Amino acid sequence: MTADALSANKILEPSPAALLRRRIFGHTGFMFGASAIACMLAMALLAPVLAPHDPYGQDLSRRLINPIWHDDGKWVFPLGTDQLGRDYLTRLIYGARISLLIGFATMVISGLIGTALGVAAGYFGGRVDMVITFVITTRLSMPVVLVALAVVALIGGSLQVVIAVLGLLLWDRFAVVMRSTTMQIRSLDYVAAAQAIGCSTTRIVLTEIMPNVMNALTVVATLEMAQAILLEAALSFLGLGVQPPLPSWGLMVAEGKEYMFFSPWLITIPGVALFLLVLSINLMGDGIRDISAPENRN
Amino acid sequence: MLIYAAKRAFVALLVAITVSIISFGLLRLSGDLAQALAGQSSTAADVEAIRKAYGLDRPVYIQYLEWAGKVLTGDFGDSFFFKEPVSKMLGSRLPTTMTLGACALTFALLLAIPLGVLAAMRPNSWIDRTALTLSVLGQALPSFWFALMLIIIFGLTLRWLPISGTGTWLHFVMPSIALGYYATPAIMRLTRAGMMEVMASDYIRTARAKGLRMPTVLFKHALRNAVIPVVALAAVQFGFMLGGSIVIETVFALHGVGYLAWESITRADFPVVQAIVLVLATIYVVLTLFADLLNAFLDPRIRIA
Repeated sequence: MTADALSANKILEPSPAALLRRRIFGHTGFMFGASAIACMLAMALLAPVLAPHDPYGQDLSRRLINPIWHDDGKWVFPLGTDQLGRDYLTRLIYGARISLLIGFATMVISGLIGTALGVAAGYFGGRVDMVITFVITTRLSMPVVLVALAVVALIGGSLQVVIAVLGLLLWDRFAVVMRSTTMQIRSLDYVAAAQAIGCSTTRIVLTEIMPNVMNALTVVATLEMAQAILLEAALSFLGLGVQPPLPSWGLMVAEGKEYMFFSPWLITIPGVALFLLVLSINLMGDGIRDISAPENRN
Repeated sequence: MLIYAAKRAFVALLVAITVSIISFGLLRLSGDLAQALAGQSSTAADVEAIRKAYGLDRPVYIQYLEWAGKVLTGDFGDSFFFKEPVSKMLGSRLPTTMTLGACALTFALLLAIPLGVLAAMRPNSWIDRTALTLSVLGQALPSFWFALMLIIIFGLTLRWLPISGTGTWLHFVMPSIALGYYATPAIMRLTRAGMMEVMASDYIRTARAKGLRMPTVLFKHALRNAVIPVVALAAVQFGFMLGGSIVIETVFALHGVGYLAWESITRADFPVVQAIVLVLATIYVVLTLFADLLNAFLDPRIRIA
């Protein structure tokens, strides 16, 4: 074989890493979602540096100033001010912290519960599976919004309570997906081999099962994070989630509702922010699914 | 089939019982019932008397059994706030929510099935991609915000539709769209997948080969088969919608069960909340049972598992 043919071969067969890179950078949805999330994350982390004003600083003399795309908008308050004269851009930036924190914390709690239940059901099968499936079915039959509202009303609304309640409610999809994925993997030869050489259950679950359910887990995690963010916004909107004066986007919509006839931007702006965040997370989740398992598309 | 149906119905019954225990617990967790019934200005003796009179001094499981027995006869107790039977309040509100759910589901089906069929006819065409994009965008819309946007556009700016209340059928248009939109992506995807599978089957090729026109093949042969699993999914989605109605009904001040739930929660009227949780969960359990049985009836492989 000549040197030319060798190099031609190299060009024709890129390395797996290069293929993966190509799939990642060629996936428009993933790139859009990931970069949007990176921006929002940066915005949330750098909120004190980026925000031009104090998110809680009220001044009734400058309430309901229009955003700059109106004729009377002022550059000091690019997105205007709310009904208490607080800078809307500042509150929007700080609101990203709340949404991201709730989304992430809820995802971690529900992910731990759901994965533990799902993997146990899928791995042990039999009675364990029966009981866990029953728990999942029961959980699914409870209307999430209603139960969350009732519990928050009982305990009192705060950031921690909302995270705990959502975390304890939103594990169902983790459990369902982890259960079926674990079941598939459990019947594969390498798990049987690990059992044959006497590995403990813990070891099999941690080193044989977990690495192979990671892809599915990541996809569900992104979906649930989006779900948690939407639910928190809905709870806060109904007045039974994060409490004022915290700048939750859902709460901002609720507070702007009374002024929506003359100042509709009070509810369009935080709504668009919520929409973009959830859209980016979903696009990233779909992207991870396509990139990690291109054969499972559609 | 019968054995499967019996097993499945037994599980549904167990779920319903578990949910009833949870919603019973919800009322107990809300604080001292005797105190709540006696009111703010009651003495300790009053509270004790009420505790005796209502049997709240007895073991919890006996209280549960008695409560469950009453619930089976349709007696959910009295509202703390209105002092009238919860069943009566629910009875007057349930028709509104059912109407809303039915309208929302109709809207979702009318939007999702044609889109799904069109997308399946031409996979990866512009219409397929548009449908996919719509569903991705739709899933990211916060429901309450979408509802408010509808109000701003069609209620405040164009003044086409009333923005709150229950008076006429016009009051149901925006809530149905806001609620139904969320069921659309799932139904559309299932229709698309079902149609693609059916269209690739032999009997469709036969129908085409014997010279039947495309619309006849599509609607008489293909859609009929592709749409059956969609019916099962729609039943489950209807259950979800009843749960989601709490947000939408509150935004539009539509006097249904969802709005009643929100009002009762803010008034700490827990007997009503408890009854609504139980009723919605039971409806959901019945709907999923129906969906599972329908799927099992159509697909014998499910019955064995």
